Amino acid sequence: MHIVRGSTARHHTHTAMEAPLGARLTLALSIFAFLSLLTTAFSQQIQILNAERRVDLTSHIVRVFLTLKVENTGTAPATEILLAFPPTQVDHLAVVKAQAATGKRKKQTYVPLDVKPTELPDAPNGTKYFIISLLSPLNSGETATLEVLYILTHSLEPFPAEISQSEPQLVYYHDSAIILSPYHIKQQTTFIKTPTAKVESFTRVEPTNRVSTELKYGPYEDRPPYSFSPIIVHFENNNPFAVVEEIVREVEISHWGNLQITEHYKLVHTGARHKGVFSRVDYQSRPSFSGVSSFKHLLARLPPRVHSVYYRDEIGNISSSHLRTDNRKSELEIEPRYPLFGGWKATFVIGYGLPLQDFLFESSDGKRYLNFSFGCPLAETSVDKLTIKVVLPEGSKDPSAVVPFSVEQRLETKYSYLDVVGRTVLVLEKKNLVPEHNSPFQVYYTFNQIFMLAEPLMLVSAFFFFFVACVAYLHIDLSIRK
Amino acid sequence: MADPENAMGATTLRYAFGNVLSFFILLLIGVLAFSIRLFSVIKYESVIHEFDPYFNYRVTQFLTKNGIYDFWNWFDDRTWYPLGRVIGGTVYPGLTLTAGTLWWILNSLNVPLSVETVCVFTAPIFSAFASWATYLLTKEVKGAGAGLTAAALLAMVPSYISRSVAGSYDNEAVAIFALIFTFYLYIKTLNTGSLFYATLNALAYFYMVCSWGGYTFIINLIPMHVLLCIVTGRYSSRLYIAYAPFVVLGTLLAALVPVVGFNAVMTSEHFASFLVFIIIHVVAFVYYIKGILSPKMFKVAVMLVISVGLAVCCAVMAILIALVASSPTKGWSGRSLSLLDPTYASKYIPIIASVSEHQPPTWPSYFMDINVLAFLVPAGIIACFLPLSDASSFVVLYIVTSVYFSGVMVRLMLVLAPAACIMSGIALSEAFHVFTRSIKFQLPGLLGSSQVDSGDASSSTVVAQNDAGKVEKTEDTAKERPSKKNKKKEKEIVDKPSLKTKIEKRLLVLPLEASIFAILLLVLLGAFYVVHCVWAAAEAYSAPSIVLTSHSPDGGLHVFDDFREAYAWLSHNTEVDDKVASWWDYGYQTTAMANRTVIVDNNTWNNTHIATVGTAMSSPEKAAWEIFNSLDVKYVLVVFGGLVGYPSDDINKFLWMVRIGGGVFPHIKEPDYLRDGHYRIDSQATPTMLNCLMYKLSYYRFVETDGKGFDRVRRTEIGKKHFKLTHFEEVFTTHHWMVRIYKLKPPKNRIRGKAKKLKSKTSTTTSTKRSGANKRNPWH
Repeated sequence: MHIVRGSTARHHTHTAMEAPLGARLTLALSIFAFLSLLTTAFSQQIQILNAERRVDLTSHIVRVFLTLKVENTGTAPATEILLAFPPTQVDHLAVVKAQAATGKRKKQTYVPLDVKPTELPDAPNGTKYFIISLLSPLNSGETATLEVLYILTHSLEPFPAEISQSEPQLVYYHDSAIILSPYHIKQQTTFIKTPTAKVESFTRVEPTNRVSTELKYGPYEDRPPYSFSPIIVHFENNNPFAVVEEIVREVEISHWGNLQITEHYKLVHTGARHKGVFSRVDYQSRPSFSGVSSFKHLLARLPPRVHSVYYRDEIGNISSSHLRTDNRKSELEIEPRYPLFGGWKATFVIGYGLPLQDFLFESSDGKRYLNFSFGCPLAETSVDKLTIKVVLPEGSKDPSAVVPFSVEQRLETKYSYLDVVGRTVLVLEKKNLVPEHNSPFQVYYTFNQIFMLAEPLMLVSAFFFFFVACVAYLHIDLSIRK
Repeated sequence: MADPENAMGATTLRYAFGNVLSFFILLLIGVLAFSIRLFSVIKYESVIHEFDPYFNYRVTQFLTKNGIYDFWNWFDDRTWYPLGRVIGGTVYPGLTLTAGTLWWILNSLNVPLSVETVCVFTAPIFSAFASWATYLLTKEVKGAGAGLTAAALLAMVPSYISRSVAGSYDNEAVAIFALIFTFYLYIKTLNTGSLFYATLNALAYFYMVCSWGGYTFIINLIPMHVLLCIVTGRYSSRLYIAYAPFVVLGTLLAALVPVVGFNAVMTSEHFASFLVFIIIHVVAFVYYIKGILSPKMFKVAVMLVISVGLAVCCAVMAILIALVASSPTKGWSGRSLSLLDPTYASKYIPIIASVSEHQPPTWPSYFMDINVLAFLVPAGIIACFLPLSDASSFVVLYIVTSVYFSGVMVRLMLVLAPAACIMSGIALSEAFHVFTRSIKFQLPGLLGSSQVDSGDASSSTVVAQNDAGKVEKTEDTAKERPSKKNKKKEKEIVDKPSLKTKIEKRLLVLPLEASIFAILLLVLLGAFYVVHCVWAAAEAYSAPSIVLTSHSPDGGLHVFDDFREAYAWLSHNTEVDDKVASWWDYGYQTTAMANRTVIVDNNTWNNTHIATVGTAMSSPEKAAWEIFNSLDVKYVLVVFGGLVGYPSDDINKFLWMVRIGGGVFPHIKEPDYLRDGHYRIDSQATPTMLNCLMYKLSYYRFVETDGKGFDRVRRTEIGKKHFKLTHFEEVFTTHHWMVRIYKLKPPKNRIRGKAKKLKSKTSTTTSTKRSGANKRNPWH
């Protein structure tokens, strides 16, 4: 289990924000200058023999694969490896995952490792750290290979920030050519993959070369800890910058056999803002030149055996959607009411029902648990804020959630059809999500079957008393005189 | 069988069985009325329809969110910019309060239905209520059989369906129920003379006043009937109880509704009721005096009263005339005036004449809307005269007046529909009664003794006759004499039926074959009616008009959802305070769906404001820009059907804009837009037409779609194909081009204004000053 927590980085961002305009470069250089003097870095017992970093910029979610070969040069066994991130990246960091490669070349298996954010007392210039706990301590002189994946959202800055309908969308990507690390790195290479070969410009830190869609920085030899060399890549990226600003998913459990899901979306195109005219005639007749960065389709991957799907917004049904189902998955292709250009927003609701037996199970200790997917079902979108509300049936007790990452939790009460005491709602909230968060989570609760009969009995008795009252009224003579 | 107690038991059982049966029939009628209106939900979706319902929906949302007090005090600043509109005081609150109450009850029972759902289904629910009310009313007039038939007819009459399908959340949806129910309670009071029902009647009238401006129909029809009763010598204490409390309580209650207020006593629509109120008191007084005085003394008293009464009447009349004359429209509102004089609106008020539902109906629309009922109504009228009671004279009066009103405004067809249903119900029921009875008499083998027959006959008509009989017994003989006199005067009409009734009592028997054949024909007629109604409900009246569908040749369904596309775009991608100008038709929808401030909307209360927008639309680009800029408008929305052939677009409505605009701003002249009296947009069109804003915004870059600029609505190539916009820029056009939204370009920098452009410069500065002043406006 690894935990991502982005909230503690705030103080350091603040220092970065105080710096004057365009200070990113100066700041980074100053980090570099400052850090190269800082020779008293903490435990220098670990060094990185080889680091390879592959940055995938093809979508608006930046995925970085980092392969580290670490060696313990100290005397004491090492149990932890530190990862360092500049404060500007930490805010946008959605996921950090690490795994250790074990076994021989052919039978190599990967074991996921625990990653936790951490604070170090002498962190230079607001550097943020994540700590990877190794499975077994690394003894002196031993080497280990670590695979790290971290995902950044909102890290591509459109430039120019406003484009007209006919222009392609160009974005900046800021990073460092040299991997920021508290350790000495003997050899390192960075590969940056762009979606197309159209790269306007990129910072050169020799040796640098570009082959079609791939930029290669390095190899760089023997860089001291906290080395930093800022680079900017300016390239064309017309992939849909679909960001869900807020999604509220309501999962309502009915023990009569249905799981009802209602998802409220606030979608925004976070690419370069659309400027000036939107001409439908251009958009329709020249789709390859006009509005290339806009998008009008979205794909939602829903669980199999989904039924009664609807797609609407606050003013009614949106007729442009297609549902494809097979027995492994369901795909709902939706079109917002209008194509989304940079800066345009749309809201909509997707709702569907699922058979309960696919998602509700009974644990060995008699509790029931719901096993459902966290995250947003839309493909290749990042989510700024996600709220999952699990509405448990009326009369259920002791709810508890098991989520593979840290989330905020609270309890609410909801009154739905003919409820008397109300339903317990377990609310889970998380910020900055990517599709990699679509992993299952569990909600455990206890529920007595007899509560299922409460509402039908209530209705039966209400009708019974109504008829009794009618019969009584018909037999009572209320007239004052005969 | 001979045992009387046993026979009694049998008849009670029969009655009980009959009651249970009619209860279940009524229940089914309610289900039918509700479910026949669900075609729109099944074929399209659960959504609010058309234009006005969107306003009602928005008001209901406000009510449910902010509560009743805020609702009364609601000043809406999102419409009629910069004037705003006092919603609480200008809206008939009945519908919104009804739906709001329904919603509140459901939510307090923890049934979490959305406001929209409640609004969508309000109309079908109330049409079920309306058919039950029809049953009650017709039962009072002609017995339970006629009641059930009328209720079944009303449940599916196309005219009413057109206004009450699910989603058609308009005042009429609840008002028709209120109308019928008020009439029922009036008749009930008239038949029973119970003050309890009279009070209920006033309350029902209050509900009607809350619901619809059509309440003036009630407040004129009931006095007319009272007057008719008095004139035909049918005055009774029951009539007094039915009328006097109704006028007093009803007027007091009506004055409580903010939108009516003092109009309830001050406008001419209500004067008839007061006049009749005075008359009925005079008549009551005369009857009273007559009762206590000897005939000789009475004659003297009559002389005295006539002389004094004439004087009083003259004084009252003088006051009335003075009151009426003092008001500018002679005390009548424009819509009511156009009722009395059908040509009034088209002559004086283009804004009323331009509304499609205010046009007079065509003959086919009668057949479409009431279908076979049109043929049954005369038979029903005849049946009402056999015998003529107070109640049946009321429905006769109701049908006659509503036929007239429906001939004036297509919208008032709705008032005719219940009357036609009642009449047809009576006609069908009477016809079945006659035919089945003649069959029964000629099939002696099937049914036993005549005892059962008489009992059977009593089930429908005789009940009513019994009621009428009881009523007649209570009347004093002195009163019957003048009525007979009157009857003799109207020999032709009344004598025949009275003869007929006598023959009927001696069993009017038709030949067996003829009866069976006639029944078959009637069933066929009914079947035809049902088929037509279902067709009308499914095909003609269920389209929500914000979503259009068309069938592609391969059987697929193509959906045109352009309106909501545009509104959704506006609501998500423009600033909250931006003002959107469009023709008034789209005002309600823009405020409700796009949540943006509009300049004019479907509540056409300010003619000048509408004329301003009409003028802007008919002006050349620069002048239009100045008008819109002075109104702080940021976006202009036009509806254009030329690409897909949607006929009710702005180009087809454009002449009304010119007319209304020209009515206030005389520099807009209708002939400038017509070539030899013909409205055209092709190469023959006038330059004024081809340069006006509406033309330009509609056809901007239209030629690039097919290279020719062929307009599928007007079936012609457009006149001016290539042009540029200087003061507006296209910001959004929907998928099928049905809605096009333009943004006003910001005023140009003054640096470019050279000396030679001084004139234009000054005009822009003044307009910017004006817009600056607008920004300081508290309503901004």
